Amino acid sequence: MDDDDRVLMSELGGPSRAGGLPRALGWLSLAVGVGLLAVPDRIARLTGLDDAPAARGLVAVAGVRHLAHAGTLIPGRRATGGAWARLAGDAVDLALLARALPDRRGQRRRRVAVTTAVLGGATAVDLLAALHAGRVRRAGRRVIEVHIGVTVNRSPAEAYRFWRDVENLPRFMSHLESVRAEDLRRSHWTVRGPAGRHVEWDAEIVDDRPNRSVAWRSLPGTPVPNAGRVRFVPAPGDRGTEVRVHLRYVPPAGAVGRAVAALFGEEPAQQVRDDLRRFKQVLETGEVVRSEGSPNGLSVRQQVMQRPAQPLPATRR
Amino acid sequence: MKANVWMGTDRVKVVDVPDPSILNARDAIVRVTSTAICGSDLHLYHGFIPAMRKGDILGHEFMGEVVEVGPQVRNLRPGDRVVVPFPIACGHCVSCQRGLYSVCENSNPNAGVAEKVMGHSPAGIYGYSHLLGGYAGGQAEYARVPFADVGPLKVPDDVPDDQAVLLADVFPTGYMGAEMCDIKAGDVVAVWGAGPVGLLAAASARLLGAGRVIVVDRYAYRLRLAREHAGADTVDYSETDVLDALKDLTAGRGPDACIDAVGLEGHHGNAAVYAYDRAKQATKVETERPFALRQAILACRSGGIVSVIGAYGGFVDTFPIGAFMNRSLTMRTGQCHVQRYTRPLLGRIQRGDIDPSFVVSHRMKLKDAPKGYRIFQKKQDECTKVVLKV
Repeated sequence: MDDDDRVLMSELGGPSRAGGLPRALGWLSLAVGVGLLAVPDRIARLTGLDDAPAARGLVAVAGVRHLAHAGTLIPGRRATGGAWARLAGDAVDLALLARALPDRRGQRRRRVAVTTAVLGGATAVDLLAALHAGRVRRAGRRVIEVHIGVTVNRSPAEAYRFWRDVENLPRFMSHLESVRAEDLRRSHWTVRGPAGRHVEWDAEIVDDRPNRSVAWRSLPGTPVPNAGRVRFVPAPGDRGTEVRVHLRYVPPAGAVGRAVAALFGEEPAQQVRDDLRRFKQVLETGEVVRSEGSPNGLSVRQQVMQRPAQPLPATRR
Repeated sequence: MKANVWMGTDRVKVVDVPDPSILNARDAIVRVTSTAICGSDLHLYHGFIPAMRKGDILGHEFMGEVVEVGPQVRNLRPGDRVVVPFPIACGHCVSCQRGLYSVCENSNPNAGVAEKVMGHSPAGIYGYSHLLGGYAGGQAEYARVPFADVGPLKVPDDVPDDQAVLLADVFPTGYMGAEMCDIKAGDVVAVWGAGPVGLLAAASARLLGAGRVIVVDRYAYRLRLAREHAGADTVDYSETDVLDALKDLTAGRGPDACIDAVGLEGHHGNAAVYAYDRAKQATKVETERPFALRQAILACRSGGIVSVIGAYGGFVDTFPIGAFMNRSLTMRTGQCHVQRYTRPLLGRIQRGDIDPSFVVSHRMKLKDAPKGYRIFQKKQDECTKVVLKV
């Protein structure tokens, strides 16, 4: 895993983030499972079930089941499925305890009741874990990831300097209305949406290596969680600089999400590619290149919806 | 202002449009004095180049007087007389710095679309479809010239428009076609197409030291120009088998270099062969009729060079790759990197090495552009090149 992934993963979630709670439950299952199998008689006594003829067998089955939960939850790859399986096991255990309770009296009855209460608490935690893991997984599926590079005939230092001044970004990122630098790390971003709607968020630079790379991420609370890194690598053979962008963002559900999706177009990669082409134009030629057919410069939508190649009427200049 | 616009297949019209204005800091506005119709304008006229829109101003060969410059243009002043190269080039990308102006990496605002068709995008060109930028062309009273600090060449007063306007495209294009042939003393160079570009390629091959130049076409008046102004031998493909004739003229060797100055709308002496490619072109199975290219490959001597300056736009089939590969041929191509040639070729004109204006057959008014297209297309009235005076 390279630096990119550590910075971007932690911000936007992925297996590692969902893994926290389910993994803890996995370790709990391991401990419980080992206990159930190692000292089944003591467990049976503690839970108040030692008088049942099937107790030993049921405890052993539960022990094996817990080891199986541990096997899926600790590696964390199938957190959602594992959490739901643990929940199903909880339900079976609770059903058995519910059947056992009315037959018991005295201390055994108290022990069954306490066991039921403890297991009920665990069930609630398992339910939370399963729901959370599901949410994370769905968000993970929505994460859009883009890797694109462009070669610019400028030195890495020049390219870095231009990009690092985040207020320059709207000069080549066509969907940005403005970026305001709050201080050296923090900035406030505004995106123009359809029908005059604005989407805004705050971002911070999380890793800054002069003349080499910049990584940023949105702060919590943004409708469009996003993070990215841009690297400035000397191109071989005196060809300038390879500017490589790695970007991840999560388009939100709902109306804002649709607005954002419309902004980024059907092909987010194409949008970023056009942004980088404009970045190249601005660095190499001084500004975004305009033609009569594409008076606003490069953009996916404009390339498809061309106006005729004749001068703009005075009102549209 | 008045401008000649594309209105659909085989239809152009002179209409009123808004005057151009400075859009970028490195723009200039030029009051056009002469603007020519190019053979490749006929490809647009016939609807063979995709991504044209009704109302597009045509024309990529023009010259005139600078009337306004953007704040970043310091080499030109209002009143300067300039000729404008047809490829739009920024001068600062790696391609431009290596002299490959027609593949400028920044001048096509519609590069994303061009990339999908061609893999990478070439430079933008004035009035040459939205695939190549959607720039307004120069067949108009005024034109906006982007990167005016890089492209336009100042023309001295003693060089007339009829010579200077040819520096926008056809003379440099023909010259580059000959230059790509790596001509050595005594080489035989064959040129397909006796239009302005082919004629100037033949004349340039002479300038560069070819021992013999052979021009292939079917119009007697154009072949006569090739004989008179380029000292060429000529082959009329409507009467003679070209491959036999070229073998004959070279005692079996074949020409050392072959220049395709025809491009995507070729004709073939054999009606069946012509019909085959014409039908495929009409049904969009292939976009070009590459007779000249196929013949040039078959005719060229083993180890020779095939230089392609005729305009192509898309795809060909029945390409003789077997002959090309097995006989160690080299192909060189490109839209002309005009900015590289304007100054030295102006020098050649001033020294009297060549007067390229022998290709100009018609001079008419901008308002007569539709007639100019018609007679140029139909080769009426011995038309070779139409220059519109504004």
